Order: sequence, then C-alpha cells, then structure tokens
Amino acid sequence: MTSAALRSRAWKLLEMVTTPLLPSDYLDLVSPLRAGADLRGRIESVRPETADAATVVIRPGRSWRGHTAGQYVRIGVDVDGVRLWRAYSITSPTDRHDGRVTITVKAIPDGKVSNHLVRRAKPGTLVQLDQATGDFVLPQVKPDKVLYLTAGSGITPVMGMLRDVEFDDVVMVHCAPRPQDVIFRSELRDLVSDKKLRLAEVHTDTDGMLDIARLGELVPDWAERETWACGPAGLLDAAEEHWTEHGIPERLHTERFRPSVIVAGDGGEVTFSVTGKAVDADGATPLLDVGEEAGVLMPSGCRMGICFGCLTPLKAGAVRDLRTGDITEAEPGVLIQTCVSAAAGPCDIER
Amino acid sequence: MTAIDPTAHLTAEQIEELGRELDAIRDEVIADRGEKDAAYIRKVISAQRKLELVSRGVLLFSLFPPAWVIGTAGLSVAKIMDNMEIGHNVLHGQWDWMRDPKIHSTTWEWDHVSPADQWKHSHNELHHTYTNVIGKDNDLGYGIMRVDEDQKWHPFHLGQPLWNFINACFFEYGIAAYDLELGKNLHKRRRKNPEFRARAKAVGRKIRKQVLKDYVIHPLLSGPSFLPTLAATFTANLVRNIWSHSVIMCGHFPEGVQVFERRSIKGETRGQWYLRQMMGSANISGSRAMHFMTGNLSHQIEHHLFPDLPSNRYAEVAVKVRALFEKYELEYVTGPLPKQVFSAWRKVFRLSLPNKKPEVKTPDREQELVAA
Repeated sequence: MTSAALRSRAWKLLEMVTTPLLPSDYLDLVSPLRAGADLRGRIESVRPETADAATVVIRPGRSWRGHTAGQYVRIGVDVDGVRLWRAYSITSPTDRHDGRVTITVKAIPDGKVSNHLVRRAKPGTLVQLDQATGDFVLPQVKPDKVLYLTAGSGITPVMGMLRDVEFDDVVMVHCAPRPQDVIFRSELRDLVSDKKLRLAEVHTDTDGMLDIARLGELVPDWAERETWACGPAGLLDAAEEHWTEHGIPERLHTERFRPSVIVAGDGGEVTFSVTGKAVDADGATPLLDVGEEAGVLMPSGCRMGICFGCLTPLKAGAVRDLRTGDITEAEPGVLIQTCVSAAAGPCDIER
Repeated sequence: MTAIDPTAHLTAEQIEELGRELDAIRDEVIADRGEKDAAYIRKVISAQRKLELVSRGVLLFSLFPPAWVIGTAGLSVAKIMDNMEIGHNVLHGQWDWMRDPKIHSTTWEWDHVSPADQWKHSHNELHHTYTNVIGKDNDLGYGIMRVDEDQKWHPFHLGQPLWNFINACFFEYGIAAYDLELGKNLHKRRRKNPEFRARAKAVGRKIRKQVLKDYVIHPLLSGPSFLPTLAATFTANLVRNIWSHSVIMCGHFPEGVQVFERRSIKGETRGQWYLRQMMGSANISGSRAMHFMTGNLSHQIEHHLFPDLPSNRYAEVAVKVRALFEKYELEYVTGPLPKQVFSAWRKVFRLSLPNKKPEVKTPDREQELVAA
C-alpha cells in the first residue's frame, strides 16, 4: 500500500473515532493554521497609515499558496459576531521574508468591515482567508515604461506592485483629497528620492478632480506607457474612454472595487430552498444581501461580480443582473452571481 | 384540556397586544445580539470538545475504577452538552446569524442517532409549530402515551409508565423512531415509499456510525480496558438519555400545562400562537449550572416563544416574559427539577387509567373570536 493510501485509511479510522465531528474539528482547537486546515490567518498587527486607513499584517495558514503582485484576497472577518467577507488588495511584496501578507484598508463611511479592521481589529484574531486571486497583475515581460493611475484606496494593489517589481521608468499619478490622505506617503517619497519613481499627486480638495483629458500635462508620454489604473468608477470609466479614443485600449489595465449598478426592476419572493426560508426582496438588493439578512449561509467574495465566489444554483424563477439588466432564467445547471443579481420576480435559490 | 380555560379572561384585543409586547422583547435581543454571544457559543463548543476528548482519553484506562468513574462522568456531561446546549440550539438556527458555516443549522451534526436534518423537521417544524396540539405534535406522548383526560383510553395505556421508562433509557432511539414517524410509516402501503426508505437508510447509517464509535472503536482502543470502556460509554449514553428525557418531559407534561385540540388552532393569529406557547410549556427553576445542563430548556416557555433566539439570552428574557404572565394574569408553570419530574410522572401514571370525561368543555377559541 502506498503511503498516501495508508494515510487516507488512517484518516478514515480517525473519522470513525470522532464521528459525528471530523478530526479537523478537534485539530482546529489547537492548530487552526496548520497545513490541510481551512485557510485562515491570524492578525499580527494593525498599523495606522492615515487617519482612516491602516495596514493589517496577517500570518496566513500553512495552506497559503502565495500571491502575485496586484492580486486581492478575500477575507472573512467576524464583526459584532457576524462573519462578513470582503476582498482587499494585497500590499505586501511577494517575497516578504517572514511570509506574512498585508492588506491596507481604508475605512469607508458605514463600511462595517473596513471600519472594524481599521479601528477595532485586535492582534491575535483569527480571520478566514481564500487564496489570492485577480488578474490585475504585471506581465511576464517587463514593459519599458509604466504608468500607475490611482485614486484613494485604489493605490493599494499598485503599492503591492511597486514593492514587488522595479522598473526603469515608472510614473505614478495619484489622487487624494489632501496631502495627509495619501496612503503610503512617506514610502512613496522615499521611492521618489531614490529616483525609483516619478510621482504626481493631485489633491482634489484644492486642485479639483483629475481631468483625464489633461493627463498629458502631467505625463506627456502617457500614451506610450503600459498603464495600470485603480480607483473609483468615475475615474476608471473616464480612463477607459480616453484610452479607447486614442486607439490604445490594450495598454490600459483596470481594477474596480465596486460594481457599477445601473438597473433595477421589480423584485419578488425569494425562496432559499435548502435552508427553508422565504423572504420578499426588492429588485435592487443583491440576492447575496437578501440571503445574508435572512440568516442563510451564502458563499460570497468580492461582492462586485468579479470573483465568482458567490455562484449559486438558480432552481426556479428569474433574476436580473444589476450591472447589465440582463435577465437569467432558471434552467438545470444555471448558476448565478448572487452579489450582482437581484430578484426579477419570485425565484428559488439553492442555499 | 382542563375543565376551565385559563385564558378565557383575555379579549382578542388583549391577546394581540400581548403578541406585540412579545415581539418587542424579541426585537430587543436581536438588536443587541453580537460579539459576546458569538464568543459564548464558541467557548461552549470548545469546552465540550475538550471535555469529550479528555474523558475518552481517561477511559482508555477505565480498568482502574477511578478512571472509569471520572471518564464516565465527563463523557456523560460532554454528551449532554453536545445534545442540549449545543446541538438542540444550533439546529434551531439560534446561531445562524453568525454566518459561520461551522456553527450553522444547515451543516451541524450531533452525537445522536437521529440525523440532524430529520430531527429538525419533526422538532422545529412539527413540534414547535403545533406545540401541544393533540394529533399534530408528536412530542406529546410520543404517540405511545395518553397525556390528557380528553384522549380516549385504551388498555395499551395501562403500560404507559413502563413505555415511558423504556423510552427514557433509549430516548435517542425513541426520537429517531418518531422523527421517522415509524408508527405511521410501518403500514404496509407506506413502507415501500422511496422517501421513507431513504430516510430510514439515513437513520441506519447514523446508528451504525454511533454504535461503531461508542461500542466498538473506543473500547477496542482501550485494549485491556475494552469491557469497562464499553460499560462506560453505555452508561454515558444512558445518563444522557434519561437526563434529556426528564428535561423534555418537564417542558410540556407537568400539571398546569395546557394541551389543545386541532380545531382550536384553525386561523390562529400571532398573538394566539404566542399564547398557546405560553400555556403549553413549563419551566424548571434552578442554578445557572442547572440551566446550562438543560441546554436552557429550563426556560422552555421562553424557548417556545422565541425558538431561534440564542439560548444564553433566555435567562434575561425570562424576567420580562414572567412580568407579562403577571400582567395578563396567566399561570407561569415552573418549579425545581425533582418537583416537575414528579409531577410529569404522576400524570403519566394517572392517565394510564381510564377516567370520566370532564364535564365542562373548553370554550372554542374560534367562537370566542367571532363573538369578540
């Protein structure tokens, strides 16, 4: 018998010993970060960056497979006893010597998770993790000239890139309300003084919003640069339009933090047939929120329609994609993204 | 049905007002539910697992009498914690709001021969919806006992003290049987129903796993202590069964608790549903440890009013609920465990014999409503 087969036999025996629990239920009591456990991490420290942003240092469990600069991680945090999942860009370099990863979080008004992480999270707390994911990453072949176009907390994935890879010619245009709101300010200054980065800060409280048509005034050769942009939808929409107008949309890579919701329709009664719950939902609330409010176990991820972590079978009825207005009707095998789908009439969600 | 309806003095309006006041009590707890509650259940689960692990560890040496005694006591307590404060309450969805897939009514499985999903159906849906309604609530006499003077007597009932005792000793099997609705489903025509067969199979699998663990694997692991460990796990299961049977009997059987007729719940309003739960349940008084070991089912009245509120909150809710009983001049049935157990058993014995039909009938709730 191979050692793998032996191990699986031994595990089966162990399961007979611990039934109805699993051996892992007991192992989790002593070693929640061990290899083979559900992926978790332990918060080691929380370091303030600005008045409303902080960097959270996390020691990931042994199953962590690492990340690529620019990627994000889904993190499940217990806020007031309720597990909430959010996605945050990883800001640590990929080769960090102690194996820790960091995320940098900006507290947004009424943001349950962001405010908790910035203001209340305690070192030693366990958080749930997923493997890093996302395609907002640098290419294998280094481009000659790079432009990073960021605003607010949109700087976080780019900081992960800056810390990870050095380029010969990098320009960054970053927008923030005031100088003191710029996250990673001193580190950016250091890069500038080391001549590793050219930085143009736009302080929107005094300078006004960045007019993308006048980007050339800040970066004359912007069109020659491979560009990574991350920030609010307004900025990214304008950038996409601008790059397309100039016939170089392939040079622009964007990362969005929130979905742009454009359509809402009539709602309906939503049945969660596994849990056995039914609630009325309007046509604008994502089914993910509807289910969570009702106490249904809903898988979730980025909450903006990109990670597909929330895929759920639609058993009956119809749902509307909040981004496009498209209607999806139930058929065997049809999966929907609950975070960007709302009820379009009565529907049955297999959760 | 007792001769006099103890809620007859309430108007329909008062009953709805009572319902609103109970809703307010519930909303208050939900608004305040949070981190402390989550920490509580995690602590209890972790303590239960450690206690079970240590007790089973000690039982490896159960050849030595002190180890047998300590291990058996520990395992009994661990099994009671698993079933009562943890299993029963998690399966009620009391902790679903935490959104932790490890502590959720849809994923939980317990140290019991009835699979969680079957128990949830018969307990949460049937027993809690039709509490104390004769013919609808299987908990009422478990289909083998006569629990009310109005029920027809049959010579079979002469044996009900014995049936009740046997049921207490093997309570988890009794529950598995009535979760399967064996009495109904063993009829020839129903026996082949594929849905019933699938459920029966699931119970069979669960029993096999439980029996294998308690009576084969752990004794085998104990080596020379095989037989003492076997006796220890048997004892622990027996203790757990008799304990949970006693607690549950105290919830609906003692004197003073009302039972209801099928027709009395037709068109029931929220207020009337609450009232039925109030009159159909009884509490057990005692220390904090006592409440804990009953899985807070000692607060049976509060649990029946709010089955999905976290169990650690029933004690504070009880103060407010009791005040409402006083306000509306209703009897709050409660007492220490021995008294309530005695009262329930006395009823079992009394009703094993035939009685004269009570002369005064309960006024029909529906008629009352029409009159109001």
